[in-house]
Amino acid sequence: MAKNRLNAGHSVDCSVVVIGGSTGSIDVLLRLLPALQPPLSFALIIVVHRRNTADSTLAHLFSLKTSVPVKEVDDKDVIRPGTIYLAPADYHLLLERDGTFSLDDSEKINYSRPSIDVTFESAADVCGSQLVGVLLSGANADGTAGLKAIKSTGGFTVVQEPNTAQVGFMPQQAISGGVADNVLDIPGLIRFINDLNTTRSR
Amino acid sequence: MIEEEEIDLLLKDLYEVYGYDFTQYARASLKRRINRLWTLDKFPSFAELRYRVRSDPDYLKRFVEELTVNVTEMFRDPTYYRTLRTEVLPTLTAKPFIRIWHAGCSTGEEVFSMAILLKEVRLLHKSILYATDLNPEVLESARKGIFSMSAMKQYSENYILSGGTTDFSTYYTAHYGRVKFNEELAEKMVFSTHNLVSDRSFNEFDLILCRNVLIYFTKTLQERVLTLFDESLAPLSYLGLGSKETLKFSSIQSRYKQLEGEKIWRKIG
Repeated sequence: MAKNRLNAGHSVDCSVVVIGGSTGSIDVLLRLLPALQPPLSFALIIVVHRRNTADSTLAHLFSLKTSVPVKEVDDKDVIRPGTIYLAPADYHLLLERDGTFSLDDSEKINYSRPSIDVTFESAADVCGSQLVGVLLSGANADGTAGLKAIKSTGGFTVVQEPNTAQVGFMPQQAISGGVADNVLDIPGLIRFINDLNTTRSR
Repeated sequence: MIEEEEIDLLLKDLYEVYGYDFTQYARASLKRRINRLWTLDKFPSFAELRYRVRSDPDYLKRFVEELTVNVTEMFRDPTYYRTLRTEVLPTLTAKPFIRIWHAGCSTGEEVFSMAILLKEVRLLHKSILYATDLNPEVLESARKGIFSMSAMKQYSENYILSGGTTDFSTYYTAHYGRVKFNEELAEKMVFSTHNLVSDRSFNEFDLILCRNVLIYFTKTLQERVLTLFDESLAPLSYLGLGSKETLKFSSIQSRYKQLEGEKIWRKIG
């Protein structure tokens, strides 16, 4: 059981952590990833807005920053704890009830593909209360509807403190929308995610 | 939001009333599409959505078209087209005819891209491009070769990145915000409905392109479709899939060799 004591006094269990971000979020992830203490007891899914190139530079960059395996998702990949998954450019990333990923190249949502809302909503549908959603820096309204879905199915939501974000618009949207259970600066986010990890060496 | 049991009911209706089998479509995406339609078409309840689908064949057309994803572009993933141009098509030049199948062609952007490629390597005159899709509506649109002008800047960039050297705008005529591609490109195209879930092979091909279609299917249905392709591919022919799709883990894998760095396989066994 992951025990993350929160202001409200209850603890958070989770099998999947999904992080969404746009402009300014990659810098946060490059600070977060080296601070993760493997092995992870959950699957960590990352959805970031980026250019529509099919190359895997970002997955490679992330993999240099952590000893946790990083995988850019291919169609039907199995979702396993202890792994970091990156949504590929130009596809929406969804989760299936059988514990696999599926990809979708339908219309952009919030001018974005991958869209954070799509992955958050799909993860909420499949993982319910076992899900933690984290929304980082960005200049777009993507993510707020997704966090709302996560809350409504019993999951927990965390938003980057807008003042600490390169672009505060995206996390601010979520806060104004009343869908943030917790608002944290970058060191706080790192501590929070490490506290979710039940298998880390202490 | 639609419930899982409601999806089952709807899929059962689609099969029983119209013969469309969506039960082996990847569920998460299908569910999103149904929810999207429910909102777009403002159904007050599931019962009303279901009734409309069951009883209104005109609405069914819209429903099926929206349930399936019809997003496509010209020269998507330019390096893929570069590989077709420099590595795949040159091996087919000695053939008397070249048969190509675009399975799940949607509104035809990839078929027109291929016709341009074939014309530039001087193979179009002896090629036939079979373009199939489940939706008659999108095929009707593909057949016309008319696309939105606003996409042309992106397509032109993709075309140049794919190794194209002609002025892309010579391939079409612009008219009121839309463009019509030259008739010459469409002369070798044959459009027909074909459902990968239920229809059989209809010819033998030198190249099958089926990109970003398998992602919408379960593993079981993917296996069926790949077997169908295998039965439809001549020796030393090619199969091209989408950038996140694979032949790996399928039963036909051992007979195919992947081209370096691209989702294109050659039939070797």
